[in-house]
Amino acid sequence: MNELIYFFNYVVVAGSVTGCIYAMGAIGVTLIYSILRFAHFAHADMMTLGAFVVLLLTLAFPHAGDALGLPTAIVMLPLAMIFTSLVAVGIDRVFYQPLRAHGVKPIVMVIASLGVTLMLQGLIRLFSGTGAESLYVEARKAIFRIELPGVTRPIIITEPQVILFVVTLVAVIGLHLFLTRARLGKAMRAMSDNPDLARASGINTKLIITLTWVIAGSLATLAGTLLSLDVAFKPDLSFFLLLPIFAAAIVGGVGHPYGAIAGGFLVGFAETLAVFNWSVLLRPLRDSLPSWIELPNNLALVGTEYKIVVPFFILIAVLIWRPTGLFKGKVI
Amino acid sequence: MNPSTQQTPSQRPFPRREILLFGGLALVVLAVFASMGPAYATRMMVEAACYAILALGLTIQWGYAGQFNAGIMGFVALGGFSATFFSIPVNHAFWASDLPGRLGWVLLAIVAAVALVFAVSRIDRLGVPRWLRTLITVIVALIAYLVVISWLRSVTGDIESQVEFIGGLGLPVWLGWIVGGVLAGGIGYVIGHICLGLRSDYLVIATLGIAEIIKAFLKNSDWLTRGTATISPLPWPVPDPGEVGFVTARALYFCVTAVLIAVIFFLLHRAYHAPWGRMIRAIRDNEVSAAAMGKSINRRRQEIFVFGCILMGLGGAVLTSFTGIFDPQGYLPLNHTFLVLVMVILGGPGNNLGTLFGAVLVYVIWIMSGPLALALMHLVTALGGDWFGWQPGNLDSRALQARVFVIGLLILMVLRFAPRGMIPERVAQHD
Amino acid sequence: MPLLEAIDVHGGYGGMNILNGVDMAIEADEIGVIVGPNGAGKSTMLKAVFGLLTITGGEIRLRGDPITNLPPHKLVERGMGFVPQEKNIFPSLTVAENLEMGAFLKPATVTRLKRQIYDIFPPLYDKRHQPAGELSGGQRQMVAMGRALMNEPSVLLLDEPTAGLSPRYMNEIFEQVKRISATGVGVLMVEQNAKQALRIAHRGFVLAAGQNRFTDSGEALLADPQVAKSFLGG
Repeated sequence: MNELIYFFNYVVVAGSVTGCIYAMGAIGVTLIYSILRFAHFAHADMMTLGAFVVLLLTLAFPHAGDALGLPTAIVMLPLAMIFTSLVAVGIDRVFYQPLRAHGVKPIVMVIASLGVTLMLQGLIRLFSGTGAESLYVEARKAIFRIELPGVTRPIIITEPQVILFVVTLVAVIGLHLFLTRARLGKAMRAMSDNPDLARASGINTKLIITLTWVIAGSLATLAGTLLSLDVAFKPDLSFFLLLPIFAAAIVGGVGHPYGAIAGGFLVGFAETLAVFNWSVLLRPLRDSLPSWIELPNNLALVGTEYKIVVPFFILIAVLIWRPTGLFKGKVI
Repeated sequence: MNPSTQQTPSQRPFPRREILLFGGLALVVLAVFASMGPAYATRMMVEAACYAILALGLTIQWGYAGQFNAGIMGFVALGGFSATFFSIPVNHAFWASDLPGRLGWVLLAIVAAVALVFAVSRIDRLGVPRWLRTLITVIVALIAYLVVISWLRSVTGDIESQVEFIGGLGLPVWLGWIVGGVLAGGIGYVIGHICLGLRSDYLVIATLGIAEIIKAFLKNSDWLTRGTATISPLPWPVPDPGEVGFVTARALYFCVTAVLIAVIFFLLHRAYHAPWGRMIRAIRDNEVSAAAMGKSINRRRQEIFVFGCILMGLGGAVLTSFTGIFDPQGYLPLNHTFLVLVMVILGGPGNNLGTLFGAVLVYVIWIMSGPLALALMHLVTALGGDWFGWQPGNLDSRALQARVFVIGLLILMVLRFAPRGMIPERVAQHD
Repeated sequence: MPLLEAIDVHGGYGGMNILNGVDMAIEADEIGVIVGPNGAGKSTMLKAVFGLLTITGGEIRLRGDPITNLPPHKLVERGMGFVPQEKNIFPSLTVAENLEMGAFLKPATVTRLKRQIYDIFPPLYDKRHQPAGELSGGQRQMVAMGRALMNEPSVLLLDEPTAGLSPRYMNEIFEQVKRISATGVGVLMVEQNAKQALRIAHRGFVLAAGQNRFTDSGEALLADPQVAKSFLGG
């Protein structure tokens, strides 16, 4: 039983955490893609930016969350979401909009987004330095240990993880309701389906584009902050996020928000399972194995230093066998 | 193509713009010679020349064929590793032990495992249902992988503990350069094979990923590369500074790179004006009609992509040899990918001369902006300290970040205001 | 005063003139049909009316107001509806959502108008929760027309509404066009199936080489032996 609890702690919990983060990032990538038709490479840096804004706000008002009994960073989230969304809309107006007006190829937009990546990275590191910083300023992370009868090992889950699950659930349900019930949400789907017809129907495409950036920016802030809250804020966060969130978006079928959620969890769990040391689970069987099989101590599929290989190979596999994604992506 | 539209040299307009720009560039380089001394300036010129090779690799991918490679760093690192592995002295302790034999057996096992998995993936021909075949293949592949990888881990672990690393081959360095190009081309072939038929953004993601994987591999394979412990010195193909002094040695190295560039330039020029080059441009300008004329688009694209990657591997090898140290962590997306991108889009994608111009100009600016950014940072910190009480430490790294920001801004500005670069590709007008 | 009027319209794509002086006029309760051989400029004329290409000469008027070269979204605001020949629905949206998008500028009227559309196109009511992309060709065409009607246009432009449909659906679509026109909406449509279309047309415009060749009522054109010989296949 102890081994199962170990598995639960290191695979189920950890995989869900990464899955939630990747899913929220991938939704942003996929939404931007379906409305603006280009792969937004600066998305991982928008996640970092959101987390960085939260860090700054938390440093400025370390006790703002005490009254509500929540970590200060969570209380600062709405402000940071607004700020990041404004930055995203601003970047669109200043850098992407003129290129769109010129009718450039999508690949030029991709290069522009790489330029934005460098700008955001430079800016964040210019102010934050390069070290890691905890989002728990003058506070301690609460850790819940759930003891089960008959086992010595407790199930361990931390406060930020619980918050992450709740926030992801709320965000996903909220997005679903928005896209299927709200007039603007439906208009957003319409524009993703057929931009010319949307314009001919009198849909204000500029408003939809702004809205897309606001949603993507807010989700990026949520994901970046909750990840930083669980581990720590690092200015090079984006480096570890870029490939997985794109892999997730492509696995789910580009332009397909629900696919992006599934893709996020798939990539998150694949990563966790790949670095998990399977020999732990086989240990109880050790005595019953024939003597010629020697169980190695390390049965992880890849070392943690090669974690980046996992999303890459998922990506390559999907590109080879199903370039439209596991769930039919509608725009390719 | 109508023969009357082919331009003979006498019909070509006088290249005033090119002469002016290159004249100005020469003045800038001379100014660096005068102010920083010849040793510094020759080093800068050699490095700029190496970057020019990388930039030529990207200009044919991006400018000729519209493929954007965001993983130049990976190909550079691969070339650098190849140059290192071929040129550094043989590690006799390794070859005297039983380790080469064991490593050989593991390599054989890898081949055997691949063959086994491949064979199992064909058992549906024997009447096994497809889903069962897939399941069996996955299980067999997993087990084979785990067995081979734990075997490899034990051998490489022994190599690290007993002889540190496997050492080099002690061969002439140019052999390593060539193999570096070939290795990079091989990786390029695989990536291109998978991605070139798909949307262009997929190529960007895939190249970005492969570059990080190559870097992670080189960094963590201590048995092969000594990892973060780094390897130095690396031999040069020309007398090194210890024998003839810094300036002469670097000048000789520069001659080698200049010859390389001249050869590449000549080949590119020939190819561009040959039927092959025309076909490439036809594909880029109008894919559908090129396909309708019966051109094999994916073959040509593949050729272009592989050729560009070969140049990147070669440039990376030459650059690493010159630097004299193989440090996997020294390969940075910023320096080895984005700087090259700026060189190409600023110089003029698809124009070899423009790319050369862009490479030298951007590299000079990049090198000289270091001290400038630091001075600016000092000023900003002084003001920031006075006004807000902001006291950042580690000014060097912050100055670097300011330069990162500027590079990003520069990319966006060029895309918006000079999308065809300073020396645009000259397209013959037919009307 | 005619509802929609085009006077000596010239225009084309990228410097190449396709329209060389087209005149047409329809009243508020009329169906106008543009027919003619391939390359005569039929669809181009419709796109010119809807502001999708630049008109270099002549004038277009809606209820007497000049609307020449206004962008499409301004024309939508002024009560013009356009149904393109292809890509005229939002495939992943449900039928009901497609209709709602048509009334994007008038959200208050959605419920009432949707009921009207279902009255005109009864098959759509049963399929209202199904993604429009899953419907048959004829039903998609109904969705497309319904979407355009949701904006309560005074004039509806249809670009080959029966292209690629089976004869059964073709007749159904023509019946529905008649019903739309009966509610007081002016209809201007381009048709390949010239005979059947002229049968329901109050006005017929036979174009050739970007100019009016014959202009008359639908019946008169059908009866004219010259038209029949050159344009209606005998």
